[in-house]
Amino acid sequence: MTGFVGANGAGKTTTMRIILGVLSADSGTVTRDGRPLETADRRRFGYMPEERGLYPKMKVAEQIVYLARLHGLTAAAAQRNTATLLDQLGLGERADTTVESLSLGNQQRAQIAAALVHEPEILVLDEPFSGLDPIAVETVQGVLTERAARGVPVLFSSHQLDIVERLCDDLVVIADGAIRASGSREKLRAEFGEARYELVATSDIAWARGAPGIQVEALDGATVSFRADSADAAQNLLRAALERGGVARFTPQEPSLAQIFHEVIQ
Amino acid sequence: MTDYREPSFANSVNLVAAREIRMKLRSKAFLISTGILMLAVLASVLVGGLLSATTSKTDVAATGAAVKIADAVPNLNVTTVDSVEKAKALVRDGTVEAAIIPSADHALGVSVIALDSIPQSLVAQLSTSPTVELLDPNAINPVLAYFAAIAFGIVFFMSAMTFGTTIAQSVVEEKQTRIVEILMSTIPVRALMAGKVIGNSILAFAQIAVIAGLAAIGLTLTGQSDLLASFGPSIAWFVVFFVFGFVMIAALYAATASLVSRQEDVGSATSPVMILVMLPYILVIAFNDNPLVLAIMSYVPFSAPVGMPMRIFLGEASWWEPLLSLAVLLVTTAAVIVLGSRIYSNALLRTGARVKLSEALSR
Repeated sequence: MTGFVGANGAGKTTTMRIILGVLSADSGTVTRDGRPLETADRRRFGYMPEERGLYPKMKVAEQIVYLARLHGLTAAAAQRNTATLLDQLGLGERADTTVESLSLGNQQRAQIAAALVHEPEILVLDEPFSGLDPIAVETVQGVLTERAARGVPVLFSSHQLDIVERLCDDLVVIADGAIRASGSREKLRAEFGEARYELVATSDIAWARGAPGIQVEALDGATVSFRADSADAAQNLLRAALERGGVARFTPQEPSLAQIFHEVIQ
Repeated sequence: MTDYREPSFANSVNLVAAREIRMKLRSKAFLISTGILMLAVLASVLVGGLLSATTSKTDVAATGAAVKIADAVPNLNVTTVDSVEKAKALVRDGTVEAAIIPSADHALGVSVIALDSIPQSLVAQLSTSPTVELLDPNAINPVLAYFAAIAFGIVFFMSAMTFGTTIAQSVVEEKQTRIVEILMSTIPVRALMAGKVIGNSILAFAQIAVIAGLAAIGLTLTGQSDLLASFGPSIAWFVVFFVFGFVMIAALYAATASLVSRQEDVGSATSPVMILVMLPYILVIAFNDNPLVLAIMSYVPFSAPVGMPMRIFLGEASWWEPLLSLAVLLVTTAAVIVLGSRIYSNALLRTGARVKLSEALSR
């Protein structure tokens, strides 16, 4: 599962539209396994556009069956998948309601069903979690992780960095239409998250300011937050603190996605 | 996966067209207006039939040598009596309108007895008139021509408007709800447009076919089959012209509607097309007795579906003329489809402000 993050206007939606062939690229090509994408490949994609849209006057199930059949499913398979998916998403009872009479959150679920119904080989979802209540977020997360576990690559964009952090193995950060960073979460952490530590000593620790390879960020009595040029520099500081008295706590701080994001787009 | 098969272009078009038809048939407004239209057609045929059926026979009484003369006159219901007195009695009690009795002192050999007024038509029928030779025996009664003009005009206008507007609304609905993005990533844009045009065309043809069928059945049942025979060829040509003319108009509606993003703007965006649809209707009613205007109309692609059948009905068109006009229409339709789908695919994703026609055509 790959998270796609970037500031507003960075080009996330545009990129996804180009992947799906809805927009034509100014330059460059979209390839999969080294081969340019064609309409037939894209038909096996599941796409959830940022601006939601379903036919307001069609019934939920009818509409999803229709989209499934456009993707090439047989009528029977389309019916079956629709029923299963709507149940999974907690929309089973609303199958015969028209879309316009659903609440926004439920419309969102129907939209996700529309992207998943044809058992896509690849999922491209633009902000799939926006506008969902916490329970719905969990439901959708569940459905998506299940697909990912089955080996379906999922690319989704989101502003909710905590969800991205929880779900994604890989990350792509874009700004001003260009990829600033990409790779696994750990790789990005190593690359962009400078190692931060917090040390709580048993006595005043003001001396840490002069320690080699250490930039102190905050200092308050016996507590210091600092960045270290290397892991060794941090260890040296810890050793020095132990010699001078004692250490109550020493915590290397994992940079949060928000911090990495900040770092990357700077 | 056995559940999956690669959909062809035709599969996609089919699915889109089927959805268009299903949604339209679900609309109460459409069903009701179609019902009213059909009742109106049926009613006008029946009323026409009743009116023509009232030219019934006149009841007369005849006696003696007058019986033979009376029998020779068409449209008389002759009661034979054996005396002039009995004939007069029948006139008095109203059983017959008039009595025809032998009369030696008149050139015709008969005289007529009536109650209180001169039975003009009977007198006229009894009188011998000179033989009349019509130089143009096939000319169409102008009243009938006028009604034919209205019928062709109104059917074309109504169908083109109803289904053209449906296409326009359905295009904008997809644009407004943004479902178009899902559709575009699933099927070719041309398949989407073709499906819409075909779906609505099928509905339009079905409606026209039902109307034509109702009119034919109605005319036959009310004994006006000779009228049906004189309308037959022009109705057949009308259907042929309508098929292609409507596809052209449908493509125009789809293309112009794709320029706007909101239902409120559909009206203004499609108004040029609406004028193109309305003009032939007005022209054919105003100028159905002007051969020159009709001749021009029958070749201009937009008015040909109305103009050419009208000329065929009036017997003004040579056999090759509908074929030539149809060829012109076909070429125009093809050009409009190419142009229309270009506008459609370029404008479909642009939301917000109205897309300028020049922008939609470029690229």
